[in-house]
Amino acid sequence: MSDPIVLLVNGSSATVAVDADTPLLWVLRQTLGLPGTKFGCGMAVCGACMVHIAGAPVPSCVTPVSAAHGKAITTIEGISGPVAEAVQDSWAALDVPQCGYCQSGQVMSAVALLQANAAPSDADIDRAMQGNLCRCGTYPRIRAAIHRAADSLPTRLQEKK
Amino acid sequence: DKIYGNVSALVEGLPFAPEADGTLVRGIRWIMAKTARELGVMMTGGSSSMRDCWMPMREAGASARTSLIAAAAATWGVPVSTCRAERGVVVSSDGRRLRFGEVASLAVQYRPETITLKAAADFTMLGSPMPRLDSAAKSNGTATYGIDVSLPNMLYAAVVMSPFGAAAAPALSDARMQQGRTMPGVRAVMSLPGSKYGDPPALAIVAESWWQARKAASALAATVPTVEATANAAGGTSAVSTVTVMQDIRNAVRNDDGMPIRFFGGAKDALAAAARTLDATYEAPFLAHATMEPMNATVRLSNGHAELWTGTQVPGYARAAVAHVLGLDDEQVTVHQHILGGGFGRRLDVDYIAQAAAIAAAIAKSVPDVPVQLIWSREDDMRHDFYRPASVSRLRAALDAEGRVTAFVAHSAGQAPFKAYSKRVGFLLTQSGPDRTSSEGTWDQPYAFPALHASHSETESAIPVGSWRSVGHSHQAFFVESFIDELAAAAKQDPAAYRAALLQSHPRALRVLQLATAKSGWGEPMDSAADGRPRARGIALHAGFGSIVAEVAEVSVAADGRIRVHRVVAAVDCGLPVNPNIIAQQLESGIIDGLSAALNGELVVNGGTPRQSNFHDYRLLRIDECPVIEVHIVPSLDVPSGVGEPGLPPIAPAVANALFTLTGTRLRSLPLRMPKEAAS
Repeated sequence: MSDPIVLLVNGSSATVAVDADTPLLWVLRQTLGLPGTKFGCGMAVCGACMVHIAGAPVPSCVTPVSAAHGKAITTIEGISGPVAEAVQDSWAALDVPQCGYCQSGQVMSAVALLQANAAPSDADIDRAMQGNLCRCGTYPRIRAAIHRAADSLPTRLQEKK
Repeated sequence: DKIYGNVSALVEGLPFAPEADGTLVRGIRWIMAKTARELGVMMTGGSSSMRDCWMPMREAGASARTSLIAAAAATWGVPVSTCRAERGVVVSSDGRRLRFGEVASLAVQYRPETITLKAAADFTMLGSPMPRLDSAAKSNGTATYGIDVSLPNMLYAAVVMSPFGAAAAPALSDARMQQGRTMPGVRAVMSLPGSKYGDPPALAIVAESWWQARKAASALAATVPTVEATANAAGGTSAVSTVTVMQDIRNAVRNDDGMPIRFFGGAKDALAAAARTLDATYEAPFLAHATMEPMNATVRLSNGHAELWTGTQVPGYARAAVAHVLGLDDEQVTVHQHILGGGFGRRLDVDYIAQAAAIAAAIAKSVPDVPVQLIWSREDDMRHDFYRPASVSRLRAALDAEGRVTAFVAHSAGQAPFKAYSKRVGFLLTQSGPDRTSSEGTWDQPYAFPALHASHSETESAIPVGSWRSVGHSHQAFFVESFIDELAAAAKQDPAAYRAALLQSHPRALRVLQLATAKSGWGEPMDSAADGRPRARGIALHAGFGSIVAEVAEVSVAADGRIRVHRVVAAVDCGLPVNPNIIAQQLESGIIDGLSAALNGELVVNGGTPRQSNFHDYRLLRIDECPVIEVHIVPSLDVPSGVGEPGLPPIAPAVANALFTLTGTRLRSLPLRMPKEAAS
């Protein structure tokens, strides 16, 4: 067992005593009790485990917990603000999810996209979302929901002010 | 009778045509339905929830409505005939109102003797798009899948499984076994024999966290047994590599001695006598389910009682599997059902549940009451599936001087998935006789031919097979609808017009075909793709699960030979469209699932182990490859039929047919790959 690792997850600090090479995913799910982040592939090719580290989307299944030491981590349980609300509202309004297992990761990638680019084109969506697999084939609705969320952003941001 | 029981899926496993209606057929269907109900086979499969539950749910609703009205009328002292129910409230003609909840406890005393179902004209919700109830929970991470279960003192298990056809578990020396038990967090290392449910012999490592168990499993590097083709009960060999399996299937097709499933009009004689014939052979590979949530199950054993937490399509068989492995009665097992991170037929099997029970039993010997959660890695999941069987089909037609079909002869071969499944779960009725699901989608299509002969040869191999979304339809639709296109080309006719001519006596299918062609702009010119490459359309129509679907695909081929699908227009007749929103979702899903298979899907096995292991080498469609999809629903008041699977079968042939129109090259093998010279 190596030195304790301190994680800043969803605004709270947690000290975890696990092997340094343990993927962040399993620490979130099994040590910290945050199961919204999903296990899909273990090699960063499906996106189900997507979290934000310092605001950027990162696959937690290949991120050793030691690499996240001291960094601000946001999971599906902790996202908030106008962009997250716009995305999650659109997801429900357009009935995006089917089995839903990949959707935490889809939402995390979509929020990161809209935080960086408030009016993404279809090509931008392709680039930002192509790392997130969906076995149920919800892609057409994901695309429509991202556009809908983007359209609603100016009003939401105005309301926040 | 139990209200929830999947009868249609099991009845469909019987070897009869959907329209067959003799006394014997009716009798056997009745026995099957009765048996399914009495055994309490709870099953989500066969696109049958709506078909099976439509009438019982309507009757239950009408019964409740009648009781609530009677209770409200009694409360007010007015005749029942002056009251009606609307939107959760009983209303009297003089305007008094009682919410359902206010009269519910009284209503149980008013059991209706007769009920009247609502007339279609009075439907308020049926037929209107309704939102899903689970969208919010599935967008904010609060939906709980089997893999999310967390219990006090829970341990985690990882496994190393033997290849297909192996009788022994992966081997570890006593010293290595002992060493494994001293690895960080590891609590037990054990050898498992496997079970009749299909879980192979395995080595299991139980640890305080799944990562510790997984790491130990890799570090121990157990010696996995090697396998060779062995003699099987039928006197052949149980091949352990797809190269040999495909050869066996091709031989069976060539021998042309399969079990006739349906025949009329002396088709084989007509074929032999015909001056002109068309003869084509098609192939489809094994496919994995690759659900997003890998297989997992949690089992706790205490005081002769077991609990199971998992996502399954068959809670009853799941309970039976735990009971069987632990030597308990079914009644001593409690199943906590969770939502499924994808099923597609994979979670009809209970192998992973039996395996979790075996691990929990071993742990309970030293520490009782400790739950064990078994999680398969993606590699475990990909390499230990019950695959869509590979299949080969030879289709032949006798043609007259004008190119009209005078006889249609289909002979396919491949493993029998429903028979294999029935043996694993112990469902007796479909363990013998021809497995209808292997060849469904060929002999039960709506085209009118004067003579038909459809047969199937069941082959065997060590590669396990099961129900993959749309089962036999998934490959038979590709075979038949590609061949229909070849017939249209031979007759020098437009593919849609050619199909329409064969559907004149099947107005329901004809309407679906016409809706798809009208909405897709069939026959109209099209713009090139963004890179200037030309596009073309292809069409396919297929009937299954009580529904009929036609799809038009617009495709182009990139300069590097990559096949792109730009737009898919689908038309469906699924009876009364109960919730058009869900129907559109399911069709979109089936089309995208089918495109993954058509463009990339292929599982190759060498020496009992699949070559593919994860999503990098078992490629599924991603958002940047996904076409625009439109779904159009034929208005209907018929009994609702399936939508979960019927969207899938037509897409592969629609794309293949479009590629033929575009390039003149006929692709007869899945996945679709443009030969280099045709692509440029």
